[in-house]
Amino acid sequence: MIAAVAVIAGIALLFGLALGFAAVRFRTEGDPVVDRIDALLPQTQCGQCSFAGCRPYAEAIAAGTADINRCPPGGEATIRALADLLERDPKPLDPESGEIKPRTVAVIDEPLCIGCTLCIQACPVDAILGAGKQMHTVIASECTGCELCVAPCPVDCIAMVEEPVTLKTWKWPRPAEPLAAERR
Amino acid sequence: MKQPGLWRFHGGLKLDARTARATGDQIGTIPVPPQLVLPLSQHVGQPAEPIVVPGERVLCGQPIARPSGYVGAKVHASSSGTVVEIANHPVPHPSGLAAPCIVIETDGLDERWTGYEPLSDYAALTGPELRARVRAAGVVGLGGAAFPTAVKLGAGSGLKLLILNGAECEPYICCDELLLRERAAEVLAGAQILLQALAIPRCVIAIENDKPLALEALELAIARAADPRLEVVSVPAVYPEGGERQLIKVLTGEEVPARGLPPDIGYLCHNVGTAAAVARAVLQGEPLISRIVTVTGDGVAGPRNVDVRLGTPISALVQACGGYTGEAAHLLMGGAMMGFPLADDSLPVIKGTNCIVVASREEIRPRAPVMPCIRCGECAEVCPAQLLPQQLYWHARSDDLEPLDDYHLFDCIECGCCDLACPSQIPLTQYFRYAKTELWARQHDRVRSDLARERFEARRDRLEAEQAARKQRLEEKARAADEARGDEQARKAMIDAALERVQARRDAGASGPPGKDE
Ligand code: SF4
Ligand code: SF4
Ligand code: SF4
Ligand code: SF4
Repeated sequence: MIAAVAVIAGIALLFGLALGFAAVRFRTEGDPVVDRIDALLPQTQCGQCSFAGCRPYAEAIAAGTADINRCPPGGEATIRALADLLERDPKPLDPESGEIKPRTVAVIDEPLCIGCTLCIQACPVDAILGAGKQMHTVIASECTGCELCVAPCPVDCIAMVEEPVTLKTWKWPRPAEPLAAERR
Repeated sequence: MKQPGLWRFHGGLKLDARTARATGDQIGTIPVPPQLVLPLSQHVGQPAEPIVVPGERVLCGQPIARPSGYVGAKVHASSSGTVVEIANHPVPHPSGLAAPCIVIETDGLDERWTGYEPLSDYAALTGPELRARVRAAGVVGLGGAAFPTAVKLGAGSGLKLLILNGAECEPYICCDELLLRERAAEVLAGAQILLQALAIPRCVIAIENDKPLALEALELAIARAADPRLEVVSVPAVYPEGGERQLIKVLTGEEVPARGLPPDIGYLCHNVGTAAAVARAVLQGEPLISRIVTVTGDGVAGPRNVDVRLGTPISALVQACGGYTGEAAHLLMGGAMMGFPLADDSLPVIKGTNCIVVASREEIRPRAPVMPCIRCGECAEVCPAQLLPQQLYWHARSDDLEPLDDYHLFDCIECGCCDLACPSQIPLTQYFRYAKTELWARQHDRVRSDLARERFEARRDRLEAEQAARKQRLEEKARAADEARGDEQARKAMIDAALERVQARRDAGASGPPGKDE
């Protein structure tokens, strides 16, 4: 009897040590929940959620200090994905944070640019190319459409334009289903 | 004809072929129109890049655009004339969008470009050499999918069977039937080239058993060719037998694995029209500049098949078939099941145009009102991809798209069988197309947001590093100042000490003996 107890206790101790060792040895870098939330955010880095970028917003959601419906660029798909991840109910976008708009890219009217570099400083993803007193230009494929460069420009030469739909980006429309019988 | 044991694929439907009217006549021809509109994207993959400029004179068959990636195809001028414009024009596509096109004003001379030397004696050529010619000729799958043929030829080695797909199963379409009736020898020549290019030992040409004339012509041609590698198999007419996976199942009993391709299990499938185009490309050095198109429906006076130059407006094609009847109500490209409506008849014929249907009001019934799904399972019963359409619909309808991949949405071949079987008239296929493009778009967005995250983090690190560097510089300066101040104090202390010493000495001298320097 005593031997059995001793064996069990010994095994428990062994496992405890192994777990303790594993916890120290394989400690994960950063916070996995924040990473998983951040992975679902669109990375537009626009700050409309009232945080200084997607990552800080992800941190706030993980900490429970921000709701999941504050990201307009992500729209409903992002809210739904966040709700799934965190096992909460999806809710409509918080109108305070902004409205859902089609994706745009910034275009600089280059002849008007005075080369003040203010837009470069505003761009969260370094998508603007230029130098002091030189004409600036936007790398369209890298622009997230955050609009942060528009306001600082002293000569108002940055416009946000909608990305044209091409054969490659066109999507089949969702069927408009006149489901009279199912309307509740 | 050898009739081996055939298998059945899951589901499918017996459909009214509706080809009787258009198969009465021979393949017709049509004059070169005054203007040709050639889209740069007539194939799966990246759009081609123009290699001509407006104002340039081009010859018939001259390359005018080259592929911009591995998955791509050349475009050739389909007659001689002058390039007048490279600009966006509406293209035949479900979206109805405009896309870049090269517009040629023809000169009526149809003067030939002879840049590709005929290789009638190709026996000494290697697979890569033959593939290069097929690629140069801009050949794509002519069954409708328009996948670049040379890319398909690059896939796999050690294949055991080449399957030429003449199982044209979709109502209205009969261009392959006419091709086999009139140009069977060309199809077989293409088959022989494909066999050599990939060192495949055997070729089966599959043809549906409701096309006796085509079968007869093919058997005759095979007897003439006296090539033991070639064989024709007649298969029962069930829609969608022309699907690659379905045909392989019927012929071999084997299933192509989900997410896999036929070469994974040793098979390669090409459309019979593609084989004929390969034969012309190699034997005559003729690029893909024309194709056979079925023009049919109650809305056209003389339904038939026409060999037409790519870029010809559909209106000219319909004119060549007797023009519209009073009943013309809808214009479709493709067949009754997978075809899509066209906005108007000014759109050009492209490489993937196998059929133009001018339908009357009766031919295309308006959709009955949609009723709720009653979970009857009819859709799953007929689905040739063995999916659960009601399950897919359930998620797609509630816009819960992420789980759809687990239900194998991407194995759906969009055949439309489930739609037709559904007693509740639910537009299932349209939901699946919507869900597919939406999921692709999300995938694309994910790639972009990953890039944005990377750049955001790189910028943040850079800014932090800059700030740290600035801080360090400031600190160093402060320290240097401190040290300088410290030095000052030390010097001052030294001077003070020296002064003190001097003072002390002086004091001592005043009371003691006089200094030695006196
Ligand atoms: S609103 Fe959305 S995209 Fe903009 S910074 Fe916040 S989380 Fe990122
Ligand atoms: S803020 Fe405006 S003016 Fe200044 S560099 Fe940018 S685009 Fe040019
Ligand atoms: S459309 Fe897709 S889901 Fe419907 S029957 Fe065809 S393969 Fe199956
Ligand atoms: S056939 Fe229609 S009603 Fe029946 S289970 Fe499928 S979707 Fe539902």
